[in-house]
Amino acid sequence: MTVWEAVIGIETHVELSTESKMFCSCPADAEGEPNTACCPVCLALPGALPVPNGKAIEGILKIGLALDCDINESSIFYRKNYFYPDLPKNYQISQYTFPVCEHGHIEIDVDGASVRIGITRVHMEEDTGKSTHVGDGDGRIHGADHTLLDFNRAGIPLVEIVTEPDIRTSQEARAYGAELQRIVLALGVSDAKLEAGSMRFDVNVSVRPVGAKELGTRTETKNVNSLRSVQRTIDYEIDRQIKVLEAGGEVRLETRHWNENTGVTTSMRTKEESEDYRYFQDPDLLPLEVTPAWQSEIRSGLPELPAITRARLATLGADMIAAGVLADSSDLAALFEEAVEAGASGRAAGIWLTGEVVAYTRRSDVAVLETGLTGGRLAELTAMVEAGKLSSSAAKKVLIAVLEGEGSPEEIAESKELLQVSDITAIEAAIDHVLAENADAVDKIRGGDMKPFGFLVGQVMRQMGGRADPKVVRDLLTDRTAG
Amino acid sequence: MTGPDIADLADLTIAEAGTGLRSGDFTSTDLLAAVTKRASATEAHLHAYLTLDHEGSTRAAEAADASFAVGEDRGPLQGIPVALKDNMCTLGIETTASSKILDGWIPPYDATIVTRLKAAGAVITGKTNLDEFAMGSSTENSAYGPTRNPWNTDRVPGGSSGGSAAVTAVGSALGSFGSDTGGSIRQPAALTGLVGMKPTYGIVSRYGLIAFASSLDQIGPFSRTVEDSVLLLETISGFDPKDATSINAPVPNFGGSLGRGVSGMRIGVVTEFLNGDVIDSQIIAATRGMADKLQDAGAEIVEVSLPSTEYSLSAYYLIAPAECSSNLARFDGVRYGHRSNVEGTTEDMMSHSRAEGFGPEVIRRILLGTYALSAGYYDAFYGQAQRVRTLVRREFASAYEQVDALISPTTPTTAFAIGEKSDDPIAMYYSDLCTIPSNLAGDPAISVPIALDDAGLPIGFQVMAPALGEEVMYRVAAYVERLAGFTARASLATSEVVAP
Ligand SMILES: [Zn+2]
Repeated sequence: MTVWEAVIGIETHVELSTESKMFCSCPADAEGEPNTACCPVCLALPGALPVPNGKAIEGILKIGLALDCDINESSIFYRKNYFYPDLPKNYQISQYTFPVCEHGHIEIDVDGASVRIGITRVHMEEDTGKSTHVGDGDGRIHGADHTLLDFNRAGIPLVEIVTEPDIRTSQEARAYGAELQRIVLALGVSDAKLEAGSMRFDVNVSVRPVGAKELGTRTETKNVNSLRSVQRTIDYEIDRQIKVLEAGGEVRLETRHWNENTGVTTSMRTKEESEDYRYFQDPDLLPLEVTPAWQSEIRSGLPELPAITRARLATLGADMIAAGVLADSSDLAALFEEAVEAGASGRAAGIWLTGEVVAYTRRSDVAVLETGLTGGRLAELTAMVEAGKLSSSAAKKVLIAVLEGEGSPEEIAESKELLQVSDITAIEAAIDHVLAENADAVDKIRGGDMKPFGFLVGQVMRQMGGRADPKVVRDLLTDRTAG
Repeated sequence: MTGPDIADLADLTIAEAGTGLRSGDFTSTDLLAAVTKRASATEAHLHAYLTLDHEGSTRAAEAADASFAVGEDRGPLQGIPVALKDNMCTLGIETTASSKILDGWIPPYDATIVTRLKAAGAVITGKTNLDEFAMGSSTENSAYGPTRNPWNTDRVPGGSSGGSAAVTAVGSALGSFGSDTGGSIRQPAALTGLVGMKPTYGIVSRYGLIAFASSLDQIGPFSRTVEDSVLLLETISGFDPKDATSINAPVPNFGGSLGRGVSGMRIGVVTEFLNGDVIDSQIIAATRGMADKLQDAGAEIVEVSLPSTEYSLSAYYLIAPAECSSNLARFDGVRYGHRSNVEGTTEDMMSHSRAEGFGPEVIRRILLGTYALSAGYYDAFYGQAQRVRTLVRREFASAYEQVDALISPTTPTTAFAIGEKSDDPIAMYYSDLCTIPSNLAGDPAISVPIALDDAGLPIGFQVMAPALGEEVMYRVAAYVERLAGFTARASLATSEVVAP
């Protein structure tokens, strides 16, 4: 039986959150009343001309540099010609040869292993308007009674990031998408909202027998808009293609559509009937020059990238999972660093922050900075646990009270009488009392039946009001019941 | 009745009119009345204007008069009636590019040139006829009917800016603006006895000019004298942040050397454009005659060969259609312009709107250009044409290392008869043989009238200069004008139809 492997490449579109559009001064805000953020340029009125937005170029340079790309000192805008009602000029200004950035890569982490995904190119283009197809036709243009057009989105700067066909599994694809989203967010160049479409994926999938050199025929599934859907689309496509091939069929080179509700992809159009875009250099725009000085200015202004943040947090003691969660939130990461600075163990601080603290902020819908938690207080809490002054359940109660703003862990533990008793005399007195009342249990234990031991521990803890260190109780009880 | 002879005012040059306005001999309102009267007398014969903006021009003339009254002077065009080719967007005034597809379209914005003219106090009389989307050399390809030549109304005025040429030639404006993609200003100027000039690519903003071929299009002036040409160009040129191809540098001092003569200059005659197989013998003779006069005036005349110009026409007829096929894609009936009533899908609506709205020459060029850009043909056609363009540029650049300016005829023939070439596109395309290379090179060039042929039709003489070499170009042109002593006026301008 043939063993198959998948070959996957992803094209990601990221809408930049610049103030104005790519080639005109309209606000880059697609949310307003339809057709209110438009001008002669983005409506493609006769005679109007495009002028590139320098801020958008800065955005793509940041992305390109963050992905370790080579930056072309001179890059070219092309026209991609095709007719569609929501494309005002009936061509899209895009790039073809000589994009702004080429030959980058990104490192992702899949099940503890690092995987390198090559980035073929990162190029600049403009978004289209939005069509709403009304009537029969399931929201598609064919079969619709009429179509409403909103050009607010037309001309918003879009960056397209294209990977090499380096991805082999749907998990890798998902991890790639997630890491790219983190990078874009860290750079602050886009809100990267998948559900709102400001970041969206086109997924190219093919399969081939393991060991084969040649690529199989691929399909492209367009506009997948969640990380989960990326994974599901790929799983579905791999499965579908293998079935087609094993049944002796051929995979068709085609564009497919992912249906979130049914969980299947369906054919949109075959590539044979797809258009010839008649790319040519846009004569309205001069080559885009990126001087080495501009490039290094952008590079020196780059923020810390998520992978670096994670590595740094890990060296401070956070475990891998916690480092990942902390790196995604600059507030949590800052608290973490403060706590470690104040003497907390990185491992414990990471677990508390990413566990109880995150759960609390979600439950109460507050930002972590609005709670009573500080790095110092977290360090105090972890120190108390380590010293055996708080049981883990008591520590949780203390932490909640700290978050609620009731004071420092010491004060709270004191006032709520949650401090653990490690005073052996008190515990021994309690043990004396329990053993006297449960002589038969002691006999059983001494006779080799350990079942009642746990019961005795529980009785002692109860006698102590839950504040005894269970480890100490166990040790003392073991001695006292020994035969 | 005292006061100015209104009929004569329409025959003034812009410089003369400016002097009269400033000395209080007449007002801008008088000037406007004169050209309006000339228009009403001649339009039935010419069909040069598509729209006359009576209201706007009256207001502008009154505003100019008010400015003069308080001593405010916004430059040489203040109060001067000028006309615009109807492919330049004018806020609130219908702009059609002579196409049915834009019938009734009223732009919500002014082209940069219009903004500048208004700021300079110019009086915009109206919008002039052209070959649809500036594609043609005779102004016969207008959806609204042809414009006729005021020298002989059986003849074409040239094109595509034939309407702008005709109004300035006949006096229904003192000057006008056209656009020149392959000769669309210089060729009609030659055919109507005017000075017509195409500036260096990038010194006049294209913002608001309805694009034909973006890398070649350039707006420029028609005038009766070289001096007026300078005044018109000065007003409209300069960097525009709305046009990414606009040159961000101070404009040359166009008129700085007007009176200097040509003594000591080296001027090249382009030998390829003195070829009797393609150029009319009277035109060759007139061109050689002028070259001799320039030599007598102290210029050194040398023959310069530009072999790549042989391929210019072919390269142009690939590059311009390729760009136009994409530029004109926006006319789809979706957002503005003609929308077909066809039943069917959105695609049907878009394709029928285009088929119904565009004329045959436009459709021919869109098809040509689409083909030239298609996968598998790109390299053989568009790619090859771009290589020829580079070659032409280099050849011109190296020629300008040897000479200060180049001279040639402007056109292979004088004005031809209406209908004579309309069924033979290739013959029509040859009209631009001598003018196209300057568009490919991006260099400035001007046509100056130097003589009449046996049929009494004007012959144009072309002066070409390197990029941003307008000062040199105007220096030679002004001297050519002086040597030619060309004072003839279009017969319609002096006929009984315009008599007071
Ligand atoms: Zn806009």
